[in-house]
Order: sequence, then C-alpha cells, then structure tokens
Amino acid sequence: MARRRTQAVITGISGRLGQLLARRLHRMEGLRVIGIDRRAFSRKPADIEHLRIDIRRKACEDLFRTQNIDVIFHLGLMHDPRKGAGEHHSWNLVGTQQILEFAQRYRVPKVVILSTGDVYGPQSDNPAFISEDAPLLGAQRFAALRDLISVDMFAQSYFWKYPEIETVVLRPAHILGGVKNAVSNYLRLSHLPVLMGFDPMVQVLHEEDAVSAIVAAARPGLRGVFNVVGPDALPLRKLVALTAKPTVELPHFLLPGVVNRMFQLRFADFPAAEIDYIRYSATLDGKRARDIMRFEPTFGVRESVEAALRTNIFDGGVEGVEAA
Amino acid sequence: MSHDGFLKNVEKLQRFGEAMSHQLTAWTEPGKQRNRVDQFWREVAEASSEIATALLTPETWRMSTEDIDRRVQHLLAGKNLSTFGTDAFGYSPLHVRKLVPVLEFLYRVYFRAEVHGMERVPEGRCLLIANHSGQLPFDGAMIGSALLLERNPPIMVRTMVEKFATALPFFGELCYRCGQVTGLPDNCRRLLDADEAVLVFPEGARGISKPFKDRYHMTAFGHGFLRLALQTHAPIVPIAVVGAEEQTINIYDFKWLAHMLGTPSLAITPLMPLLGPLAMLPAPVKYRIYFGEPMHFEGDANDDEAVMATRVAEVKGAIQRLMNQGLAERKGIFI
Repeated sequence: MARRRTQAVITGISGRLGQLLARRLHRMEGLRVIGIDRRAFSRKPADIEHLRIDIRRKACEDLFRTQNIDVIFHLGLMHDPRKGAGEHHSWNLVGTQQILEFAQRYRVPKVVILSTGDVYGPQSDNPAFISEDAPLLGAQRFAALRDLISVDMFAQSYFWKYPEIETVVLRPAHILGGVKNAVSNYLRLSHLPVLMGFDPMVQVLHEEDAVSAIVAAARPGLRGVFNVVGPDALPLRKLVALTAKPTVELPHFLLPGVVNRMFQLRFADFPAAEIDYIRYSATLDGKRARDIMRFEPTFGVRESVEAALRTNIFDGGVEGVEAA
Repeated sequence: MSHDGFLKNVEKLQRFGEAMSHQLTAWTEPGKQRNRVDQFWREVAEASSEIATALLTPETWRMSTEDIDRRVQHLLAGKNLSTFGTDAFGYSPLHVRKLVPVLEFLYRVYFRAEVHGMERVPEGRCLLIANHSGQLPFDGAMIGSALLLERNPPIMVRTMVEKFATALPFFGELCYRCGQVTGLPDNCRRLLDADEAVLVFPEGARGISKPFKDRYHMTAFGHGFLRLALQTHAPIVPIAVVGAEEQTINIYDFKWLAHMLGTPSLAITPLMPLLGPLAMLPAPVKYRIYFGEPMHFEGDANDDEAVMATRVAEVKGAIQRLMNQGLAERKGIFI
C-alpha cells in the first residue's frame, strides 16, 4: 500500500511568506499543500490547491472534516495599522481560535503558528537577550499589537488545554525580504529616519530563513514557543548604512506628533508608536530555536537587506501587510 | 513633675548649652576658621598648578598611539564580536578607542587618579563592587579607566547602569558602545558567564544622589549582586572610591521637580544660581581608588534575604575599611 501523502494547510498562503512556504513545501516529496486565503495567489504552482475563503467562514470547516490534515501552518495573521481594531481583533483572534478549534475537533496533530518577535516590544530596560518566557509588553505603548499578543497567548493556552496537539509558536525577529512589513518598508524609504542620540541594536531575519524555521517547526515531537533570530544583532545605523541611502536625523521628542499627523494625512505609513523600534532595542535570545529546533540562519545581514531592497516587491492582494 | 525630675531636666539643658557654646567657639575661633579657608585655597592652588603643568606637558601623561592600539587590540581579541564590530550588548572596542584621549584627560589630569591594589582584580569573571557618589557617575568611568589604561593586560569593565540613564539620548548610546549595559540581573548573569568583569554599585541612584553632608556614609546596599555572585561563582572585588564623594556639593534634592522631569533626583548645588546646570560638573578633586582582596562566597543563591544581608554586610564592611584607609592616607580633598 502506498504511503498516504502528508497534507499541509497554509493559512495566509497569498502573503509573501505563505507563497515562499508553499513553494518550499511543494518541492518536497509526497506533500500535498492546501492554502486558505481570500486574496489571490499570483503565479501559483499548478498542483497547489488554494481555497479563496475567509478562515472565519464555516465553509472552511469542510476542508478539515473531509481531509485528513497532518499539519497546519497558521501564517494568516494581519497587522495593518490602517485597519481598525475591530477588524484586527476579529481576523486575528477569531481566525486563530477557529483554526485551533478545527485542529482539536478533527485531530490535526501539529499546528505551527507564526507569531512575531514584536510581542515583547522595544523598551529601554529590555535585557540584551529576551527569552521566550519574558513578559509580552509589546502593546504597552503600541496598542495595535494587542490582538497579536492575544493570539500568541491564546495559542500558548493550547499547550495545556490540548496536549495531544503539538502546538509551536514562532516569534521571529524582523523579517527582511519581499515581505510588506514595517522593517522592510522602512528600509525601502528613500530617506531613512533615525533618532538623534539613539542607535538601538536590531536583529533581522531573511525571509527564506524564516521559511526554514517554519518548516523546521513542523518536525514531529517539537512543541513550545521559539524565538527565531537570524545573524548577530547590529546597531541600527550600521543596518541603515548597508542600504547606502541618506538618513534623516530627527529629535525624538518632536517626532511622535509630526509622524502621527503625517500618518493621519497618509504621508507616512508608520504610526508614531513604531518610532520606538528605532529608539530602543528588542533583541531576542534565539538559543532555544538553535538548540531544540536545530535552526541555523543561512543568510547574513547584507543579503537580507538586499532582499528587502529588491524592487519586485510582492504584488499581493487585499491584505498586503503581514504581521511578522 | 517631681523636684528631682525637674533638676534632671535643668542639668540636661545645661549640658546641651555647654556643648552648643563649645561648638560655636570652635567654629568662630578666628585661627581655626582661617586655617580651614587657608587649607582650602592652598589645596586649590596646588591642584591648579598640577593640572596646569600636566596640560603644558602632555608628553608626561599621554599614552603613545602604539600603546593605545595594543590595548584596544587586546580588547578586540578576547571578545565575541559580530562582523559589525559589536557584541550583543552593543559594545564596540573601536568606539572605546576614540574615547581614550578623553578618559586619559579625566583620569590623569583632571582627577589625577591614584590607584591602590589593582593587581588584586583577577583575570576572568569577577564582580567589582564599589561605593557610588558624586551626582554624575564619574566614579564608574574612573574605575573603568584605571583598569583600561593602567592594567596589564587591560580589562574592559562592564558597568550595570541605571535604566533611567541608558534610556537617555546620546548618553545611553555612549554607554552601550563603551560596554556599559542596562542594570538587569539577566544582563549581569550573561556577562559573568562570558567571563567579563562587571562593575556594580549596589547603592544605585540612592548612593549617587545623596546629599553632601552624607559623604563617606554609604547608603543601603541592594542584595542582587550577591545572589548573582553565588549563581555564577564569581569572586567579589570590593572597591572604595575616595574623592568622588566631594566632587559635587548637593545641598538639596529637588524631589518634586525631579519627579516632574522623570529623573531619579535633582541636586541643587551652591553654585547653581551662578552657573546653572554647569554647576553639576565635578570639581577637580583627587580620586583615590582602592581595590580590596577578592572575596569568595559559596552557597544557595535563593537563600533568605537575612542570609544575604550578612554577606552583603561583609562586602560593605570591606569597602568601608578601604574607604577609611583612603581617608586616613590623604592629605586633602584636592591634593
């Protein structure tokens, strides 16, 4: 009898990371990839199945009822400062709840959730190595992160509620590449704003390394929370220097007001709370992922920055902005 | 009130009056007062001439470029630095190199620092514990300079800095690049595990902001450093800094304004009406840094506070003895 093919579900497959993960899994032998995303998947390999539905819809349940799903990669989290708190909450929290319900009801043995390293938040009194059991203070000054923190904690509650499901929560450092996230967008600006007198340490992670970590997390027997970090942390100004773009030195006390107004008027894509990321460090301790998940980054800082600056930015669908 | 009780009180009052008049005569006695003023000006004159001579003859105190390079090379060699030249805390030896001339000036000219017993600082991990004073943390900078400029081979001291200070623009960045880190137990543990020399001021903000009248009276010590020493099996080197306690005269701590500005304290100095914030700058007092014998502690790091307190008292006692020695040995504040 032929061995049954492993069936993997990817939520948010039309996002940049979803696409990269789909292609990576697609290349593996004996793997069936099913994506869920209401956005279109451009240049989709033919034998990847794509359900264009909202994960909150009942129709989604049919997939889990009729198919024997072996692993769920939950990448479909949204973090778009332009969207309202209600939509964020509903999409991220209700969506995740739904996915985990299905996993429990239809006995999916493995769930990998891509949370974000931003749950810890940049703070002046952060330790240089933030470990997985540090408090999630990211929403302290950046309220829009509340629902992502809730999702992270909610996923953690499954460790003890349903110990038969191997739940893995990944908290990657700033992912650089074709993704549309805050850091990559920041590096793509024509002039990079930096704060006078501040030069925090930053960690980056190449998108392909992020995908490798997601794949590594699917290994049977693995469960728990993992920080995922790329190459060594470096000062922000060194990272900025790699882009060879001019910088703008701004005083930190003046900035929040100006940026908030620009954000409202749509001159800026960053809410003022994100300024803290260029002010204070939030560097993660990646030891657990290295030791237990055996994850080793393969791309350096320079390559990651180049990947973010490459012009052919993913031309995504409706929710182009990704959480991580 | 009984007659006896009344008499006792009268006697008390009498004794108090005598003591007061004795004090007053001592203070107003023309010869004594003049002696103090004379002594002060003599010291200032001597210190000024020392500083002036040093400034005129930089070749007598400045290190050669080769010597600086050799020291920085040593710093670069031992550490876990990324390809971008910094460690995980943001410390960059090449950045320190740029600051060496400034440190040298402060250390050799301005404070004319004198070091005793530096050979007692061991190689590898150790916790340096010192008294904290002087409103601005020049004591930390001078302990660091001593081990960086004078010791062979040099040691880069990693100081646990108050988190308020590392959050400041410019100063925070300077701290991080020069190997100083935010004062968190986790940071300290990691540095000790990496065999670094970590400087801790257990008095913290309490100590540095204390009023001038409390000079050379150490405030309460925190116990965290001892737990970390037990956890990491790091020896403790007691250090007394004599001189820094007189560098800035804090006559009043402006508590509510400090609270409004979000600073731990706001010292008012006598010269503030004249100089404004510049009055916070230290006077050119003479620094005397005394390193004590390393102390080794073994035991349970999670033991009761009471157990920790006795050991912390031992460390504090050692610092007090070094401080007493320094005070007995010195001729004056400025010389």
